[in-house]
Amino acid sequence: MATEVLDAAAAAHEAGHTAETSSGMPQLDITTWDNQIFWLLVSLVAIYLIVTRVAVPRIGAVLAERRGTITNDLAAAEELKLQASEAETAYNKALAAARAEASKIIAAARADIEADLAKATAKADAEIEAKTAVSEKRIAEIREGALESVTEVAKDTAKELVSVLGGKADARSINAAVAARLKG
Amino acid sequence: MEGELAQMGKYIGAGLAAFGLGGAGIGVGNIAGNFLAGALRNPSAAAGQTATLFVGIAFAEALGIFSFLIALLLMFAV
Amino acid sequence: MAEEGASGFQIHPMDQFIVKPLFGGDHIAWYTVTNVTLWMAIAVVAIAAMLMLGTRRRAIVPSRSQSVAELIYGFVYNMVEEVTGREGVKYFPYVLTLFLFILFSNLLGLLPAAFTTTSHIAVTIVLAMLVFLGVTILGFVKHGIGFLGMFWVSSAPLVIRPILAVIEVISYFVRPVSHSIRLAGNLMAGHAVIKVIAGFATLVVASPVVIGAVTALYGLELLVACVQAYVFTILTCVYLRDAVGDVHH
Repeated sequence: MATEVLDAAAAAHEAGHTAETSSGMPQLDITTWDNQIFWLLVSLVAIYLIVTRVAVPRIGAVLAERRGTITNDLAAAEELKLQASEAETAYNKALAAARAEASKIIAAARADIEADLAKATAKADAEIEAKTAVSEKRIAEIREGALESVTEVAKDTAKELVSVLGGKADARSINAAVAARLKG
Repeated sequence: MEGELAQMGKYIGAGLAAFGLGGAGIGVGNIAGNFLAGALRNPSAAAGQTATLFVGIAFAEALGIFSFLIALLLMFAV
Repeated sequence: MAEEGASGFQIHPMDQFIVKPLFGGDHIAWYTVTNVTLWMAIAVVAIAAMLMLGTRRRAIVPSRSQSVAELIYGFVYNMVEEVTGREGVKYFPYVLTLFLFILFSNLLGLLPAAFTTTSHIAVTIVLAMLVFLGVTILGFVKHGIGFLGMFWVSSAPLVIRPILAVIEVISYFVRPVSHSIRLAGNLMAGHAVIKVIAGFATLVVASPVVIGAVTALYGLELLVACVQAYVFTILTCVYLRDAVGDVHH
């Protein structure tokens, strides 16, 4: 039992020793350093050449080109936007002009109509005036005629009455009497 | 017997050296925690300071790695 | 019984990091084709495929693969521009190279049975030293001796300025160390933890828990792989800012 444990310990110790001699801490094995450093430098030079000869120019060019494309596209978009806004202002201007034109036309038409209307009204007024004047004249004539007739009738009647009553009347006195009566 | 005593000393020393890593852990946690606290107060400034965060973490961690290296040296190289 | 238990729990979490020659042999010379070579080559091929095949058509409206390449390009470009300013954009290809290598190595390392090249300190220290030396040389070239003004904090009281200068110099030289160990350590730790947890799967009772835990850890490691590539890159940008930007901050 005891020897077994001792043997195990010895074996473990032995194993530790062999591990130490074969590996230990491989990083500290100076004999491999020159090899590692040599291959490291080779690799670094290779990567550096790849980076400077191929990658940086290529990717740099692509990125610059992309930046240029994006800038150009943005500029084009900006220009289009400007054009659009220009078109919009032009449209607005045209719209305003059309509107002004329309209102002018409307005003002109209204003025025309009003003028026509005024003319027609004036004409109608004048006609009415003329007709009224004619009618008034006629009425005056008729009235005058009527008055004359009344005087005539009254004279005739009075002559007749005088003659019927046996009197002899001269025209002059009858006229005077009728005129006085009519006035009265 | 003497070799075994030396072996024991090596292992104890390696274990003690591993304590150093706890210090590094505290340091890194402190940095990250303070960064987070600052970042939550002013999130807009946080993005620009991640480089500083990593440099700080790297400096704090390096010292822990040194003690780890001591432990490894004791275990395998001495 | 005891022997079985002992051998059943022989977990070797670090075995996955062993550098092995691909075509036999024990000796690893600097030119030997190893698994490091293989996985770095796979990373290079994957990067080439992503960058070249996707962008082959150079489309204005990108295809899916092209937008992935463009996304990574834009991500790193914005990071460089944001952190280092316009001055730093010149160094964007270097930063992109580092980012792509680290990101692809991290992600490829997560494939089962893969070898994680970025978990090796030898690799990350070279990456970090490239940045460190590059930034230092660039700083002296740009600002001359005035680059040393970075260590002389003019906003501090005169008495403590020398002390601060010493601290600044030390922290400047620790940069490549922390820069490299952070990356290697994170990946090594993650992979080792997955391996340790997976090792418990030999215990039948624990295996359902192990499956869940490994799945969760795998998700975490996926996050870590991306975050570490990001962190390495952004720190590169931060160091670069010291060299190209205003030295008196």
